Amino acid sequence: MHEKQLNCDNCMEKNVKNEVENMLKNYTKEKDNLIKILNEIQTKYGYIPQIAQMAVSNYLDMPLAEIYGVITFYSRFTLKPKGKYNVSVCLGTACFVKGSKELLERAKSKLGIEAGETTKDGKFSIDETRCVGACGLAPVFTINNEVYGKATVKKIDEVIEEYMQKD
Amino acid sequence: MKSINEIEEIRKKKREELDLRVNIQAKGIEKHILVCHGTGCTSSKSVDIIHKFRKIIEEKNIKNVRVIQTGCFGLCSKGPIVIIRPEDIFYSMVTPNDCEEIINNHIIKGEIVERLLCKDIDGTEVKRLDELNFYKKQQRIALKNCGVIDPENIDEYIAFDGFKALEKVLTTMSRDEVIQEISDSGLRGRGGAGFPTGKKWSFVKLEPEGQKYVVCNADEGDPGAFMDRSILEGDPHSVIEAMMIAGYAIGADKGYIYVRAEYPIAVHRLEIAINQEREYGLLGKNILGTNFNFDVEIRLGAGAFVCGEETALLESIEGKRGQPRVKPPYPAHSGLWGKPTLINNVETYANITRIILNGAKWYAGIGTKTSKGTKVFALGGNVNNVGLVEVPMGTTLREIIYDIGGGIPNGRKFKAAQTGGPSGGCIPKEYLDTPIDYESLNSIGSMMGSGGLIVIDDTKCMVNLAKFYLDFTVSESCGKCTPCRIGTKRMLEILEKICNGKGKLEDLDNLNKIANTVKNASVCGLGQTAPNPVLSTMKYFEEEYKDHVLNYECKAKECKSLTKIEINPEICRGCGLCKKACPVSAIEGEPGKKHHIIQDKCIKCRTCMQKCPFKAIN
Repeated sequence: MHEKQLNCDNCMEKNVKNEVENMLKNYTKEKDNLIKILNEIQTKYGYIPQIAQMAVSNYLDMPLAEIYGVITFYSRFTLKPKGKYNVSVCLGTACFVKGSKELLERAKSKLGIEAGETTKDGKFSIDETRCVGACGLAPVFTINNEVYGKATVKKIDEVIEEYMQKD
Repeated sequence: MKSINEIEEIRKKKREELDLRVNIQAKGIEKHILVCHGTGCTSSKSVDIIHKFRKIIEEKNIKNVRVIQTGCFGLCSKGPIVIIRPEDIFYSMVTPNDCEEIINNHIIKGEIVERLLCKDIDGTEVKRLDELNFYKKQQRIALKNCGVIDPENIDEYIAFDGFKALEKVLTTMSRDEVIQEISDSGLRGRGGAGFPTGKKWSFVKLEPEGQKYVVCNADEGDPGAFMDRSILEGDPHSVIEAMMIAGYAIGADKGYIYVRAEYPIAVHRLEIAINQEREYGLLGKNILGTNFNFDVEIRLGAGAFVCGEETALLESIEGKRGQPRVKPPYPAHSGLWGKPTLINNVETYANITRIILNGAKWYAGIGTKTSKGTKVFALGGNVNNVGLVEVPMGTTLREIIYDIGGGIPNGRKFKAAQTGGPSGGCIPKEYLDTPIDYESLNSIGSMMGSGGLIVIDDTKCMVNLAKFYLDFTVSESCGKCTPCRIGTKRMLEILEKICNGKGKLEDLDNLNKIANTVKNASVCGLGQTAPNPVLSTMKYFEEEYKDHVLNYECKAKECKSLTKIEINPEICRGCGLCKKACPVSAIEGEPGKKHHIIQDKCIKCRTCMQKCPFKAIN
């Protein structure tokens, strides 16, 4: 599979590979840079593509398995792309005692996916987060970078509807 | 590079300029509009407010008014907050649409905009921040600069005694004297365990000279705690200055700040702070013209609660999976890359400069016999004033929750306070008058933790709450040691069984046994404290557990399998609000007639209960 991807002309993987290799030039080859690098890749692509893992593995001279181990350990890193709109419900304690679990249940049933999954059309995904730090607005959910505070089941319904109308 | 004299010059000049920030009688015509730019207020669009103010000021060409972005003022539930200095008028819940009125009436005409003033819980109108009950019992040491200075401007930090402690240490104190001062102050680790800070420093200093490291633990993983983030957002230089002082004392020239990537504003402010310090020569070689060298690097966490454990954090800085190491050896002896390493929490560092400047004796005069100084709590949950509070050790829970927090909203009753997050326990009302310090909290089955303080009212089921915490620890257990990996999972399964109405009396025994095993046999603090929420709720709310397994009843109506939400036909007046509010159309009824809930459709979200003006639904 590795070979096949590398031989593929004009495909996305090749672009990603080039971009990641360029990105890596900003880092020294010390192994402790791994998490920093993965953070940058995750922020850029919304997940960590396999081809990027291979590039990092080559660059840091580290086994791919070790990199995979680090990725799966930290909840911020994901192996699957997130949806265009990532609905993230805060399950920090302050939000929990104000009923954020109901918000999560509602988002799940509305979109027909579980937390950590993406809808088939790639439009929505759902995340559980632990404290976005806006405890004064509890319960809170976010869609991409937009924060919705003092939320209710009705509100999350309406907001998701709104996003469903968007492209 | 700036010399001591040059820094002193900046301090003098800037301090005069900023006198209006702290002195209500400050002379001069300048006014400062302070807008909170912490995460809480930013989430409710405080950035738009800053832009709007600046735009209006520019359009109207108003002179002598500056808009300043500050760190957190503390009272997050009233945000976004705007304060006008020097008169110290405090506006709450401001929107961008209010900016024009504030400028026209307050700034130009000098008339207070009454409708934006904050009402205290008892209904009195409050004009100034310090008039609020929320602030009266607080004493701000770690949060001193938060909400006063612009955290992205190093000169403002310097104006309020910034780097004065570093100067004092480098020019007048020996390394041992610094450590002695910290020891004498009685400061203990604010990350949770409460280890004496001076002792920790002396252990690292005693190691043979050579490469040593100073690490700042800013991996605030406790959900519901946000004081470390607020300190980094509101006063980043104070933490870095303290790391330098620690570096001088223990003989280290390199520091790492390990901060969560989920805190983008804090990371951004730290980056700015470090760059400004390098520019001023306050980081780098020959700091302040002495032979002391120090530099700091930021390392981002990636969402793993266990990385708040010091050895897991070290692993993570090294770029590995954050799994705790077996202790001993302790980090003081063999830490980062096997070198002696000092690790302190953000809030611990935030106290250091004050101790050096005001003296150990001053600090030791605050607090209780064994716990000195103040503690910052993130007060949240079912309480009126949600926000950050800093109180002297020894303040009682009742004072924090009722006097500062303004009590429980919606006419509900206090049921428990949860301190220490997933590692802490639930404190029932019998202990509301316990003076809080490290020892007292431990003795009642909870712990200080990082300082999350979640208030729980009588609508919450304690079994369900214990399940919530266990769910958290199960997903955050790193999997290295068996008691934690398997024990927490088994405990969660039992709790799920109980909440689903399938529990038996012997399950409670098993739960207790497993909890004690996990507590005694786990490798790190995460596992050792993970059973605390279960053990403390079993101890103080045993009746509730028994209700679940003997009567299959959840009195708080939180466990869905055990509850039914119904409309009381005696009280219902058929107003239809519940029907309108129900997101799943599970309520039937003609206007003016009795409504009822279709149980098969009901998702038990309780939206109707909140909407009903007659309290007919329960």
